[in-house]
Amino acid sequence: MQNDWNGSMKQSLSAILVGALMAFAGYAALFIAPDEKTMHAIQRIFYFHAPAGMVALIAFTVVFIANIAYLINRQPRWDWLAVSGAEVGVAFNSVVLITGPIWAKPAWGIWWAWDARLTSTLVLWLLYISLLLLRTLMPDPNRRAVFSAIYGIFLFLDVPLVYFSIRIWRTQHPQPVILGGQNSGLDPTMRKVFWLCWLALMGIMIILMRQRYKLERARHELEELQLKAEEISADARDSAPRAIRA
Amino acid sequence: MNAGRAAAIILTKEVRAEFRARELLNTTLVFAFVVIVMFSFAFDPTASESRRFGPGLLWIALLFAGSLMLQPSFAREHANDTLDALCLAPVSPFSILLGKIAANFVFLTVCEVVLLPVFAVLYNVSLLPVLGRLVFVLMLGTFGLTITGTVFSAVAAQARMRELLLPLLLLPVLVPLLLAAVEATAGLLADTPELQRTWLEILVGFDVIFFTASWLLSDFLLEE
Repeated sequence: MQNDWNGSMKQSLSAILVGALMAFAGYAALFIAPDEKTMHAIQRIFYFHAPAGMVALIAFTVVFIANIAYLINRQPRWDWLAVSGAEVGVAFNSVVLITGPIWAKPAWGIWWAWDARLTSTLVLWLLYISLLLLRTLMPDPNRRAVFSAIYGIFLFLDVPLVYFSIRIWRTQHPQPVILGGQNSGLDPTMRKVFWLCWLALMGIMIILMRQRYKLERARHELEELQLKAEEISADARDSAPRAIRA
Repeated sequence: MNAGRAAAIILTKEVRAEFRARELLNTTLVFAFVVIVMFSFAFDPTASESRRFGPGLLWIALLFAGSLMLQPSFAREHANDTLDALCLAPVSPFSILLGKIAANFVFLTVCEVVLLPVFAVLYNVSLLPVLGRLVFVLMLGTFGLTITGTVFSAVAAQARMRELLLPLLLLPVLVPLLLAAVEATAGLLADTPELQRTWLEILVGFDVIFFTASWLLSDFLLEE
């Protein structure tokens, strides 16, 4: 019981911490970061658009690692981690896909363009939606874990191919400004605000993934209890007639 | 028994089963043909437009046909629980998978041999001058399609709604293959035909990556 209390204490504390970080990041993105020369206020959506994309990729990397780990040592917790990563990654990926058009409309004059980054983000989203869909269609927990791990590994191997092929296909999106080589660059204050927002979103990702992980663990425990209950009632049914005869 | 010989035996078994039933090939051929015809009604292309849209149409028809055709590859084994028997054979799981991949590759190739002339006639594309290079591109693309499709058909066979599921699992993963294959084919059908290296590299990369992955993961895929 003491342990539980400590755990929930830690959980609330970290939630408060991430909440405060997020509030500060929002403030910094709106008021501290300098005005952009051509796009002005609308450019500020960048501070959540781009980091959300990075966080989604990190979440999908977690899925890949968890998939491999599950196939190697078959502990259900790796499967719980994989499903948490996939769901949270899809959520962040959706944030990118929603903030993208909101930004594109005033900046480019159109909601959507089939340019390299947009298209590959959309394909990434489709890939992981299929993974989540696959999981819902497999009732048996062990098979679900094994086969979704195999499919997840194939998906992650596909990601670089998707990026390369679409990049060669076309490019309209600005070249990467973060980690994008020598001539790309952000104003130093912008850069700081960017990484602050990234940190805040990472915090949210970790909290969401932890909650989802716990939910999956609870579901797993429930499934096991239900199986045990079925066994007990089956035993009782088998022994009942004998009891009457006696 | 070595892996190659075991795979060849599985290949023979698949081809023989298909030759006796002749369900898969007929259905797939008619389906792909219908797609090609429907396209003409949907877009009513002129001669120059059909040269522009042709490569995309050809590959979309092949990918859709493939995602339907590969579905029974493992699901068929489930009907009589023959997959268990197959897995009991003293051969490596990879050779079973390899046999299945080879069989599906043969089936899709047969479809292409029939479809390609029909496509060329209906859309007025002259394939003969670039036939050799076109076959090369087709083989690379078909190989990538059969590797991923066969593996995912084993995955989908374990799930509910498996008939609907395979295209959903397969088509998003095939995006790089579709892009590369369409662009390479378009390069060949252009006024001055050329085979672009970049797209070939992506096709080869796709095939190598997923072939290696299915080799590494075949033990897990067929363990039950």
